[in-house]
Amino acid sequence: MAAGRSEPAVDATASSVRREARDWIEENFDPQLSLRAWLERLADSGWAQPAWPADWYGRGLPPDLAALAYEEFNRVDAPGPPAGLGVMLAAPTIIAHGSDELRRTFVRAVLVGDHAWCQLFSEPGAGSDLAGLQTRAVPDGDEYVVDGQKVWTSGGQVADYGMLLARTDPDVPKHRGISYFALPMNQPGVEVRPLVQMTGESGFSEVFFSGARVPASSIIGELNGGWAVALSTLGFERTGLGAGSGIGFRLAGPGGSRLRQQQEVSLGEFIAAARAQPRSFGTNSTAMIGGNIVPLVALARELGRDGDQGVRQEIVRLYTLSCVNAWNGLRAQAAQRSGGRAGAEASLGKLMSSRIARQWRDTASLIARETAMLAGHDGPLGGRVASQLLATPGPSIYGGSDQIQRNIIGERVLGLPREADPSRTLPFRELKIGTQAPEQS
Amino acid sequence: MIFAFTDEQRELAATLRRFLQDKSPSSEVRRLMQTEAGYDPRTWSQLAGQLGLPGLIIPEKHGGSGAGPVELAVACEEMGRALLCAPFFATAVLAAQALLACGDQGAADEFLPGIADGTTIATLAVAEDDGGWSADGVATRARRPGRSGDGYVLDGHKSFVIDGHVADLLLVVARADGGPSLFAVRGGADGLGRRPLETLDLTRKQAALSLDAVPARLIGAEGSAADVVAATLRLAAVALAAEQVGGAQRCLDMSIEYAKIRMQFGRPIGSFQAIKHMCADMLLEVESARSAAYYAAWAAQDGSDELPLLASLAKACCSEAYFRAAADNIQIHGGIGFTWEHDAHLYYRRAKSAELMLGTPAEHREIAAGYLIDGAARG
Repeated sequence: MAAGRSEPAVDATASSVRREARDWIEENFDPQLSLRAWLERLADSGWAQPAWPADWYGRGLPPDLAALAYEEFNRVDAPGPPAGLGVMLAAPTIIAHGSDELRRTFVRAVLVGDHAWCQLFSEPGAGSDLAGLQTRAVPDGDEYVVDGQKVWTSGGQVADYGMLLARTDPDVPKHRGISYFALPMNQPGVEVRPLVQMTGESGFSEVFFSGARVPASSIIGELNGGWAVALSTLGFERTGLGAGSGIGFRLAGPGGSRLRQQQEVSLGEFIAAARAQPRSFGTNSTAMIGGNIVPLVALARELGRDGDQGVRQEIVRLYTLSCVNAWNGLRAQAAQRSGGRAGAEASLGKLMSSRIARQWRDTASLIARETAMLAGHDGPLGGRVASQLLATPGPSIYGGSDQIQRNIIGERVLGLPREADPSRTLPFRELKIGTQAPEQS
Repeated sequence: MIFAFTDEQRELAATLRRFLQDKSPSSEVRRLMQTEAGYDPRTWSQLAGQLGLPGLIIPEKHGGSGAGPVELAVACEEMGRALLCAPFFATAVLAAQALLACGDQGAADEFLPGIADGTTIATLAVAEDDGGWSADGVATRARRPGRSGDGYVLDGHKSFVIDGHVADLLLVVARADGGPSLFAVRGGADGLGRRPLETLDLTRKQAALSLDAVPARLIGAEGSAADVVAATLRLAAVALAAEQVGGAQRCLDMSIEYAKIRMQFGRPIGSFQAIKHMCADMLLEVESARSAAYYAAWAAQDGSDELPLLASLAKACCSEAYFRAAADNIQIHGGIGFTWEHDAHLYYRRAKSAELMLGTPAEHREIAAGYLIDGAARG
């Protein structure tokens, strides 16, 4: 998380941050404002992302103090910037690695909801071995022409821009010939096809590029230096999906070109509508769902199983995992403040989040027993047991599988030697991967 | 702020680590574990004289350092890492905390200064044959022989008494007319029989006591032992959890060190995912256990009414993390890890013993369930 942070506000204290946030809210929180105007005020004041650098729409606060500011905003249910990959991944990556021109173009646009982003990393032949990606970008004047295919693209259908990893030099080893682009999604050369996941919902898609175009000035970082930039994004992703999840504005504003008309409503109306739908408050983070023992205790009581020793043990195990995950995050923040390391530790939070999700699932079905065969309105907890049962395999795969997280922990935190990979040193062109693999006979 | 150590706390950890590297290397641990006493009186008096550790949580007016649970956790973590053979846990945690919690000013004035300066080794004797630490379950009797004023004598037996064979002062829970009560018994008292037990963990000794009309002094009021023991066990659980974190961290360090240098199939075994992933899981367990122990220590420091819940969560979590780390450490070392000469088994023994001491993980989770599921009154 340290990348791109400039001049942390070392003199800030817990009470000064709370006071400043409260004063600002007092002066600026006006229910009559349009949602758009509110998001602009928030972005321009730095309160939308207090932990970002002060030069780039933040306030340079350390994460633990930023969390206190969020508490103040959440007290009045103030909506924050749109949730999604723009705020979580694209903007922090651009702040860390992009040119000032890219920062000016994209950072504020994400915060006020003008741009929604998707992540164009994984391919059919490049999942855990992401550096084996085959999508190519070939220069043509002051643009690049992109051909290839991406997959598991969350929000691909609604995104305005994509964080694209593409091969710009196939004659060097795979990690050294990749560039990172900000690709406009609304163009003829980009086709998005929804994929249906095992839950029956469609949250992600396949994206096909045939002659898609992107300006050379939209390369984030160096030409052929995209791998290092991608590692930053993946670090932000691990933090966002792990220990950092659940920290921030509880309520998010709408964003992206397809949702912009909602920004005409007033701030007051938006909050009232959100309050009328309690489920929209903070239930979409795995850690919060997994850590929430309250519905499981209620279900156990309802079914008369709250005295069952096995059930009681598993509920406490779930509670313990959720607590230690949150505490691990707080400890990492405290260590970071006193100058310690931070970074790959985020893999611990990511790994723990998927474990918490499994513990929630297994405890829920232990309690619900036969009734867990039923879904939707017929199922326990209004269908939540069944929907979590189906959603749980996701977190241990997306954002870098549990196995990849263990590699990262082993190699970057514990310093164990890398897995042998003979393909690391060969020119990409010679690798037998993806469509370059020999035909199967 | 929680999880932010002060410079003094960091200094305590660093100083103690250096002391233990010097005074309690593996060779010394191995020498002491084969003695009956199980500790070195010279090292103990240096621990008291140079570092003031036995009096860590004892107020300054009683000759101690007046430090709190966070400092105690810091110290226990280092001792657990080094498998220090010394009566610290019995004396400075169990006995000191029982005397602090008993509300008996006279007993505190009399006994705490000797504990603080290292001249009194003390312990708390609660458990009997079944090893449980509930004051309500004790069968040992206290009676007043008719003619002798306010004196009591104790009859019965105790077991699982940590460092009970060397203690100068034994705080014994026995049943008086008013219910389970706490008594002070001198180590050399008439009628007291002490037998060192053969223990799984060679680095922390335990003893059985037989009490036959042993003269004893009542501490606090009759019937007050249950509360004193409960308060003592809450802090002791946090201290033991921190000690477990130190041991678990050492197991992880040993595993990582070995996985980097042990070559098979032409490469270090740590490059194989089968080993690397075990190590990654171990780190997650150890870091999570550390968070649980520290958080409970801070709760104890702040006088949080959630301490009973948090102490039990920490003890359950740290117990399982330590034993798993100790067992996985042997597995990663392979054959050499299964030998007497390698230290892995010393940690394995300590880990299992500490897991079962002061309540098993399942018992602590059941305590937590009382708060989380039944909504038992907190505090």
